[in-house]
Amino acid sequence: MAASAIKAKATKSVEPAETLIELCDLTVNFGRQAVLQNVSISIPRGQTLAIIGESGCGKTVLLKHIIGLLFPSSGHVEFDGQRIDSLNEKELTALRGRFGFLFQNAALFDSMTVADNIAFPLKEARNMGSQKISQVVSERLKQVGLPNTVLGKRPAQLSGGMRKRVGLARALVMSPEVLLYDEPTTGLDPIMSDVINELIMRTRDQNAVTSIVVTHDMKTAQKVADRVVMLYPLTRLKASESQIIFDGTPEEVMACKDKRVSQFVRGEAGERLLEMEQATG
Amino acid sequence: MASAPPNAVLETPRRGVGGAVYDSTADVGAVVIRWFETLGDMTLFMWRTIAWLATRMPRRDTIIPAFYNIGVLSLPVVALTGTFIGMVLAVQSYTQFKQFGFETRLGALINLSMCRELGPVLAATMLAGRVGSAIAAEVGTMRVTEQIDALTSMGANPIHYLVVPRFLGCLLMIPSLTIMAIFMGIVGGWLYSVQVFGIDSYHYWHNSQQFVHNWDLFYGIFKSVFFGATIAIVSCYRGFNCAPGAEGVGRAATAAFVLSFVIILMLDFFLSIGLDRVHNMIWPELG
Repeated sequence: MAASAIKAKATKSVEPAETLIELCDLTVNFGRQAVLQNVSISIPRGQTLAIIGESGCGKTVLLKHIIGLLFPSSGHVEFDGQRIDSLNEKELTALRGRFGFLFQNAALFDSMTVADNIAFPLKEARNMGSQKISQVVSERLKQVGLPNTVLGKRPAQLSGGMRKRVGLARALVMSPEVLLYDEPTTGLDPIMSDVINELIMRTRDQNAVTSIVVTHDMKTAQKVADRVVMLYPLTRLKASESQIIFDGTPEEVMACKDKRVSQFVRGEAGERLLEMEQATG
Repeated sequence: MASAPPNAVLETPRRGVGGAVYDSTADVGAVVIRWFETLGDMTLFMWRTIAWLATRMPRRDTIIPAFYNIGVLSLPVVALTGTFIGMVLAVQSYTQFKQFGFETRLGALINLSMCRELGPVLAATMLAGRVGSAIAAEVGTMRVTEQIDALTSMGANPIHYLVVPRFLGCLLMIPSLTIMAIFMGIVGGWLYSVQVFGIDSYHYWHNSQQFVHNWDLFYGIFKSVFFGATIAIVSCYRGFNCAPGAEGVGRAATAAFVLSFVIILMLDFFLSIGLDRVHNMIWPELG
């Protein structure tokens, strides 16, 4: 199914809402390597968008552009009507406070305890007393289903699933409007993956946040997302093709007839191994 | 799997001696350009650090651990190496001094060398090796594991949060380490000279007093402040610009030490010339 046709269908199924994040013709090059080319996505407030695609297709890079950790070679990102590249350092810091980011490996600070990790954004904002901070930290920890006994532990003493949940608690601590998840279930067992999926859904329902989930995991995409966008690596695209090869609902992605999409959804190698062998000679 | 034909190398176009010279010149040019780029980038990094230092002081819970790690934990190793350097100076110089009957002037040589040169350079070398490499590895690991991105995403400026406390730590702790290195070097040299070579203690100190002045102590401590700043900036910069993976972190740590040491020796040379000129301006009769 063509991306535009699916997009039209998807628009019908989703209630019209105010656009919160707008990616306009985003093009990103790292030196000579092109990673994203003319990517345009409009994300309404309250939507949970899953961005899927092969490794190296630019999903994480796209996520980092949304929060202003990276800046594009051309094109721009708008958040709540403001162009991110036009903001100064102070404004950008204030804008980042409206986001929560769960990094791929949680990116917890090794030198700090769990309590200090979660409290970090609150301490950095310098507008809350230490008692109130402790209270908020405990609440967030409870929200992600972790006991208070982990508060004094270091990240190295935690399991992968616990680290992700601490990372989620830290992302939630400032009550953000937008939550960005980078591969939230990667490296976790199926049960813990589902726990994280449930937490993403619970967070969305309790806090009414807009969520963007970058994932390889189709179970996650199906379970948590209202909308799925699939990116394709530029190296494998023809000159005139769009990098977004699918934009629609989770149900539509499962039924998509495009071979590139269906192959990814079903997790089939197809002719890929042969192509790789040919490419390496 | 297909393999390259055995005669593949013959298909490479031959460019002759002119081509080889051209390629070599281009390679050298690329290295020089990269070197200047790094130098410019590092200077900007230093200015940003100083700007943050002037704008907003870091939190106490980031400064105190940095000071403790850089200053307190480095004291034993600086003291130990300082003692041995003082003793080595005594061992190396005694024979020559004895030939001229100047052995009681050994103290002047040891104490002057420790104050002006060996104390500050030794403290800086120890700091670059013990603290500089650790800073580069720590910051590099934070870069590789996205902890620096996490800091930024939570509204903290990584330079303010990570670099400024370490910069302050190196800048303010290195004078104490230098004093410790000088003191222990002097004690080590005196102990060996008096206890092993049997030099008279009174004449040893009396001659030292004639040759070593407050200016010499200031000379060493003043230079050490620049060395401390260099170690902090170079190490943090290397960590911030660390290549991905364990190899990248390892290289950042090594490069931090090597580059710090090279810059310290270059700075030492220019600062020594500058300080001697200042001395001659203030006390022209002693120049």
